[in-house]
Amino acid sequence: MGVLAEAVETKMISVYIMGKKYEVPETLTIMKAMEYAGYQFIRGCGCRGGVCGACSTVYRKEGDYKIYSGLACQTVVEPGMHLTQLPFFPALRAIYEYDRIEATAEAIHQLYPELFRCVACNACTKICPMDVEVLDYVSALKRGDIAAAAEISFDCIQCGLCSSRCFGEIPQYHIAQLARRLWGGKIKPASPHLTAMVEDIDAGKYDDMLAKLLSMDAEQLKTAYTEREMEPAMADETWKPSNTDGLLE
Amino acid sequence: MITDIKLSYYPGCTLKTKARNLEEAALGALTALGIEYQELERWNCCGAVFSLADDDLIHHLAPVRNLIRAAQQGSDTIVTLCSQCYNVLSRANQLVREDETKRKTLNDFMTEEPDYNGEVEVTHLLQLLRDRVGWETLRSKVKRPLDGLKVATFYGCTLIRPESVAINGPSPEIFEEFLRALGAEPVPFSAAQECCGSYQSVANPDAASDRAAKVLRSVQASGADALVLSCPLCEYNLGTRQGEILERIEDAVPIPSFYFTQLLAVALGLEPELCHLELNGEAALKLLKAREYIAAAPA
Amino acid sequence: MGQLTVSIRPEQRAKIQKVKEISGENVGLCMQCGTCSAVCPMVDSMNMTTRKAMHLLQYGLTDDVIDSKLAPLCASCHTCSVRCPRGIDVAKVFEAVRLLVSRQNIDTINLQEIAKGTLEKAPQIAFVSGFRKLTA
Repeated sequence: MGVLAEAVETKMISVYIMGKKYEVPETLTIMKAMEYAGYQFIRGCGCRGGVCGACSTVYRKEGDYKIYSGLACQTVVEPGMHLTQLPFFPALRAIYEYDRIEATAEAIHQLYPELFRCVACNACTKICPMDVEVLDYVSALKRGDIAAAAEISFDCIQCGLCSSRCFGEIPQYHIAQLARRLWGGKIKPASPHLTAMVEDIDAGKYDDMLAKLLSMDAEQLKTAYTEREMEPAMADETWKPSNTDGLLE
Repeated sequence: MITDIKLSYYPGCTLKTKARNLEEAALGALTALGIEYQELERWNCCGAVFSLADDDLIHHLAPVRNLIRAAQQGSDTIVTLCSQCYNVLSRANQLVREDETKRKTLNDFMTEEPDYNGEVEVTHLLQLLRDRVGWETLRSKVKRPLDGLKVATFYGCTLIRPESVAINGPSPEIFEEFLRALGAEPVPFSAAQECCGSYQSVANPDAASDRAAKVLRSVQASGADALVLSCPLCEYNLGTRQGEILERIEDAVPIPSFYFTQLLAVALGLEPELCHLELNGEAALKLLKAREYIAAAPA
Repeated sequence: MGQLTVSIRPEQRAKIQKVKEISGENVGLCMQCGTCSAVCPMVDSMNMTTRKAMHLLQYGLTDDVIDSKLAPLCASCHTCSVRCPRGIDVAKVFEAVRLLVSRQNIDTINLQEIAKGTLEKAPQIAFVSGFRKLTA
């Protein structure tokens, strides 16, 4: 005699997808709710994990004029939500050759003079689904602080919502990406460990190990994985695996 | 004379890059004079020009947000070096203080910020020096008087117009008095309060060059050794671009230009590196060395 | 002896009203003394004097003022405002003329056409102020 699982009744709520009313389970994310309603994503859907920026959504709540934004894959539906998606925003991206640009504020200003159209209205910060302080990094870029812009824009997932609301028609997220690229690749001191590791890889240190893995079949891989040596939970920094071939000297 | 009123420093976009000669000399001087200040941790561009449309509010957000930042720092005064920033911040402050309806609309719009009701005072460094240090005290702290240096003090537009924000309203010769305290000799010239051309060097460069030429002709006629400025745009129009503009003047003589803060730092005997004189062009450094205001050889 | 009657058509009245709305200034106060033109630092580069432009605005002939390209050459120095004996804030009047253009989403300067040398050397405030005044 088994115990039957109790049927849990999920409450249904009304949401308005692009103006049309649907009844959807209240526990679903916007993305799941849209699929429940019959929409099939061929654009505007990516990682489903909150990091790719494909599913940016703008919505209102019932009776409220304010505009909210969120990622469809991360935001749970609410009763009376009025939503639409912005799978892409055609913000202008400057064409440049990374290897040829100097990592200076002037280089960024020359590629994106529209940066100076910012009027500090803050619409960009208010709409950002990742809580990035967009106005702050735009200000940093205007005054030439590439490091600050790179740091502040770190969580940006390039969804384009900021640019869609921008009074000055600025492509904030493209400029920030350039700033991060210049910062990471040309300004920030290279980590000696990284350089050493890359040298090791290029010298073929890991070739045999990789070849061995690639030659395994599914069963061998599973065994190798389950029987792998793992660092004990409370080990201190002196712990080393029994085979140290793969470690940096 | 140090006061315990908290003072916020607002740099403005240009001072961290192209006009670091204006900034670093100023901050060195403030420290040497014992004035405590705190740079705003978080600030945005002030907008550079004050919106002149009665029905416009969005362009006032930029300067007001900075005033909020100063208030958040616990300051009651914000000091700035750039003339344009001074103009925008002062006028925005006046708007908030005088127009209750607009103040309310701005505060209601900025839901992400605390309300601002005009609590912070906006001041330019020249006013601060006059009020918190005083010319006599400043004179007593000068280690290297700029004796014999004839200077043309260029006010430009934004420090003195409109009258509601004019720094020379209460003291008609504030800029000259400052330079006399440093030991220099201000010489009168007709273009002292004229426009350098402002943003026309971006929009209509030819017209801007004509304007700048008129100013430089006037400076030349005055017999001044140097031009003294407060604004990075004036410096660009009259200093950086001087080479091409002098071609429009007969018997043109190049004239070195300095920010007032650089002369302040030199007179106070601070290290010349603070002044970043390399950004002023060779003639500037040459002049200071020739007159021995700074050591001819590096210390 | 005949009388010369000047009548202002409704569409012209609407333009005068529009300028008043944006600038807050009454151009009717202008007595055509010409002081604004005398002190304007950019007047030599303009096709029309500020005095004449004010006269045209008194009749609501805003298109003529816009076509003269006077307003884009204004450097917003405010000398006209400070000197006007009638207390008109002339700088605001010409800002309204600029806005009549930019609020139609028309740019007077093109960002993409700025010389590379200028982009490299001019201070940021030059671009911020120039774009604020002359782009939509």
